[in-house]
Order: sequence, then C-alpha cells, then structure tokens
Amino acid sequence: MTATTIKHRKRTQTVMLAVMAASLIITLGFLVALLTFIGARGLPVVSFEFITQMPRRAMTTGGIMPAILGTLYLVIGSGSISTLLGVATAVYLAEYAHNGTIVRLIRIGIDNLAGVPSVVFGLFGLAVFVKLLGFGVSILSGSLTLAIVVLPTVIRSAEEAIRSAPQSYREASLALGATKWQTVRYAVLPSAVPGILTGCILAVARAAGETAPIMLTAATFFTTRLPSSIFDEAQALAYHIFALVTEGTRPEAQAPIAYGAAFVLLALVVGLNAAAIALRARYEKS
Amino acid sequence: MVAGVEAYAVRGAGSRNTGRRRWRRRQRRLSETAVHTLLAAAAASSLVFLMSMILVIFQQAAPAVIAIGPAELILGKDWYPTSDPPSFGALPLLAASAAVTVGAITIAVPLGLLSALFISQILPSRARSIIKPAVELLAGLPSVVYGLFGMGLIAPLTMRVFRLPTGLTAFTASIVLGIMALPTVAAVAEDAFSSVPRAYKEASLALGATMWETISKVLVPAAAPGVVAAVLLGVGRAMGETMAVLMVAGGAAVIPRSMFQPARPITATIAAEMGETPVGSLHYHSLFALAAMLFIMTAAFNFAAEVLARRLRTQIGGDAR
Repeated sequence: MTATTIKHRKRTQTVMLAVMAASLIITLGFLVALLTFIGARGLPVVSFEFITQMPRRAMTTGGIMPAILGTLYLVIGSGSISTLLGVATAVYLAEYAHNGTIVRLIRIGIDNLAGVPSVVFGLFGLAVFVKLLGFGVSILSGSLTLAIVVLPTVIRSAEEAIRSAPQSYREASLALGATKWQTVRYAVLPSAVPGILTGCILAVARAAGETAPIMLTAATFFTTRLPSSIFDEAQALAYHIFALVTEGTRPEAQAPIAYGAAFVLLALVVGLNAAAIALRARYEKS
Repeated sequence: MVAGVEAYAVRGAGSRNTGRRRWRRRQRRLSETAVHTLLAAAAASSLVFLMSMILVIFQQAAPAVIAIGPAELILGKDWYPTSDPPSFGALPLLAASAAVTVGAITIAVPLGLLSALFISQILPSRARSIIKPAVELLAGLPSVVYGLFGMGLIAPLTMRVFRLPTGLTAFTASIVLGIMALPTVAAVAEDAFSSVPRAYKEASLALGATMWETISKVLVPAAAPGVVAAVLLGVGRAMGETMAVLMVAGGAAVIPRSMFQPARPITATIAAEMGETPVGSLHYHSLFALAAMLFIMTAAFNFAAEVLARRLRTQIGGDAR
C-alpha cells in the first residue's frame, strides 16, 4: 500500500468525521434556535399577571389564565384515563396473557396506531365522543380523544418496563408461596415503576402539546368564562397559540400573546421531558 | 380424661384453623380471579378503543367514497368542496403532501443519519448521555410551537431570501417538517447502529480499516434494515404532521407547480375544513375519506418500518454484543 493511498484514506476519514460532526451541530442548532427564538419573543411578555389574568378586549390584551387552566384539565383528564387503562393493559399483556389471538390483535392495533397522525384521532373524537355519544365539544370529549392518542405509547413503554423486571424476582416470590397477583403487585411492579412513570410523563407532555385532536373536540378561542364542568368547552394553550396567529383580528396585538403562550407551553413540555429524562437516568444507574 | 380433652382441644383448634385457612384460600383465589378479570377487561377495552378508531374512520369515509367514486376522489384535479356543484378531487392535496414530505425527507434523512452515526460511534458515552436526550427533546416539542417558529422566523426568511410575495410556501413547510422529522430519523437510526455487535466494529478496525471505512462498509450495511426503518418512520412523521403544516404551508388547494408556491397538504385540509362543515354532509364524509387515505399511507409506512426493524433484530440477535 503506497503512502498516497494511506494519506487519501486518512483525508477521507477526517472529512467524513467533520461532516458527521457538522450534521449533529446543525441538528442541535435547530433546537437552540427554536428555544432561543420563542424565548426571546415570549419571555418579555410573560409576567405574573399574564399567567393569572383573564384575556380582555376580545383576546387582544390581558392574560392567558383560562388557557393554562384548560390545558391542565385536559392533561389531567387524558393522563388519568390513559395511565389507568394503559398500565392495566400492559400488566395484562406482560404478565397474564398467553400469546393468543386477542393479544396479537392488541399488538397490531398498538403498532399501527402509534404512528397514525393525530388529526385522524381528532376526527374519530369528533364522530364518536362529540356527536355519537353526545358529549359535545367539551373537556370530556377532548380528554378521551387525547387519551386514545397517547394510549399506544403508554401501553408500549409500560409493557417494556414490566418485562424488564428480572425473572428471578417472579420466581423468588412464587417460590415463597405468593399468588400471581401478589407477585405482580409486590415483586414485579415496584421495580417497573420508574420505567412506567417515565412513559406516563412523556405521554402527558405529548398530550399537553397536541393541538389537532382537541381543535375539533374540546377547544374554543373566544370565552368570557371558565369551564364549570367536564361538559363545557375550554381554552387550551396549544390551540390558543394557533388561533391567535391565524384567526386573530389584530395580529400586531395578538402575536406577542401567542409567543408568551408558546413560552409557557414550552416551559411545561420541556419541564416534563426533563423530569422524565432525570427519572430514567436515575433508574438506569441503579 | 385430661389427655382426651387435650386431644379434643387440639383437634378443635386444628379444625378451626383449617376452616380459616380454607376461607382465606378461597378469598385469595377469588381476589386472584377478580384481578385477572379486571386486567383482562382493561386490555379488552384498550382493544375496543383502538379498533373502533379504525372502524369509525372507514365507516364515515364510506358514504363519500360511494358518492364520489374512488377514482375521482384520488385522481380528480379540483378540490372545491363548497362551490356549487362541489368537486372533490384530492389530487392537489395528495401532490402537496408528497411535495412537502419529499422536501422534508431530503433535509431530515442526511442530517439524521449522519448525526446518529456521530452520536452512536464517535461520541464518548458521557457526551452521548447529554446529546441523546437533547435530540429526543427536539422530537417532543409541540407541533404548534414549530408552526409558530416557522411563521415567525423561517417564512419571513424564505420570503426575503427568494424574493417571494409570501413566505408561506411548500418550501417553508418542508424546512419546518424536516426539522420535525429529523429527531425521529436520528433516534431510530441510532438504535439500529448501536445494536450492531461490537465485534463487527472491532474486527474491521483490527484489520486496519479507518473509522470511516468501518462505518461505511461494515456498520451501515449491517444496520441497513434499521436505517430504512428510520427513513420510513421519518416519512410517516412528516406526512402526518398537521398543525405546523397548517400554519406555514400557505393553504392553496391547487397542484403546486413549484416548491415556492403555497400548498395545502391532506392533514391541513382536514384540520382547516372540518370546523366549518355540517355534520353528515358530503363534505364531512369526504374529509373522513381523506383521513382514511392518510391512515392507510402512514400505517403502511409504519408497518414496513416495523417489519424491517424486526428483521434487523433477528439478523443480529443472538450474536455476542
């Protein structure tokens, strides 16, 4: 092998390493650019009054308290439905089910629905919860729709966490005379909790940011009052941002409110993601 | 006498014990069955939820497919749902979806794959534990925030750089979608590259290959199904994205002649028109037909990706890591 080919190979190596590094820097650059842009435009708008007051003068001034509250309602509603149903389904799939037809059907359903666009779920929610079951455009309809959007993700991550509990835990517990459920409850689940929790937090973060599923089932732009029951429609941060910049009547006054709302939403979503990442890091260490 | 009493007492206590034990055992068995039934019921209702979702979309789409005809619906060149007589040809919408998806993929795939290679092969593990979550965070940000970012920064930039009348074009949407699909491609590809056994890499390096030769000639071919899966999932993500596209693509329902014109992909059409459509009208059902098309396309991409990822696992699985 001549010296020139070796030199050539080394040069290719250097160039390609630089290209790879540059790609990663561009990728991270997008993240930094987005966070900086929203931060620079949004942070000056955010104040205590902005977070705690009602909007005034046809959404051109005032705060975004109803939107924050609405997002919290939707997140709590969809989070509790998807967590209860998803974790129970995951326990069944991982610990109880034999590999029969039903289990295969659920797997196919989960695999196919995890990547389905959220606007399709929105149509489903509109047809079933809003119209067929008569819940109307309401917090209940929106929560149910969002719960179905995140359900496949919750089931998947919870099942993975439960399956990764060491087999020796189950064997030791059963050998001591514990029943199946006692084994699951006291030996398997405690070691799977961090993994399950991580999945649920990420699902909640996703639900908080979803717009398409709630724009047809729960969200409203103009309101003068707060929702008083789960059958009322509500403002929500994500939809509020969209409505302010696309349906607003006075863009120059409403765009800053949209950036402020986007900053609040980002803070919520980034905070939840950070919590999930920290939790997972601690869990992987132990 | 005394012995008999003792024996009786012992027997009595014993039988009481057996009784209680039997009762406890029955109760335990009962609660076991109850828990099992409850969990099975939860799994069944998850199944019902997920399956009814598919059923409802197709059932609501059926009237439109029957009334309009599948050929006209897919190949018709005019989407004028509210004019008289209305026209429901989804070709402009499909073309717009294809255009922005292809644009997004040309950005997301090279950047995503190269980033994934750098993260999985070059970065030391401490740096990786910081960079990986950052890329995941990019995937977790709400799409409406991406839309705002596109409207506020990328659209004005596009308008100024290319001297266009409006910045809300298929090109702008492609950039925003590309950024959104990028972390999906990177994460799936990173998984694929990391799952290639260490021995492959070590053997190649030991034979005198450079790091780049090892990557391009050993690692990428070994992880090929996973790489294809990453691209397919990126396509699915870009095609199904709604809010960002609705906000930055501009929304003209004509077949785009260039990337620098406004366009209206399928997802944006559904989201924009559903709010103003009377329930049960032909327009209403035609939007479900669009959703069904979207569902079929994304499900096909996801299914193919799933199959490929599984093949990668069985191909490499069992080898020493």
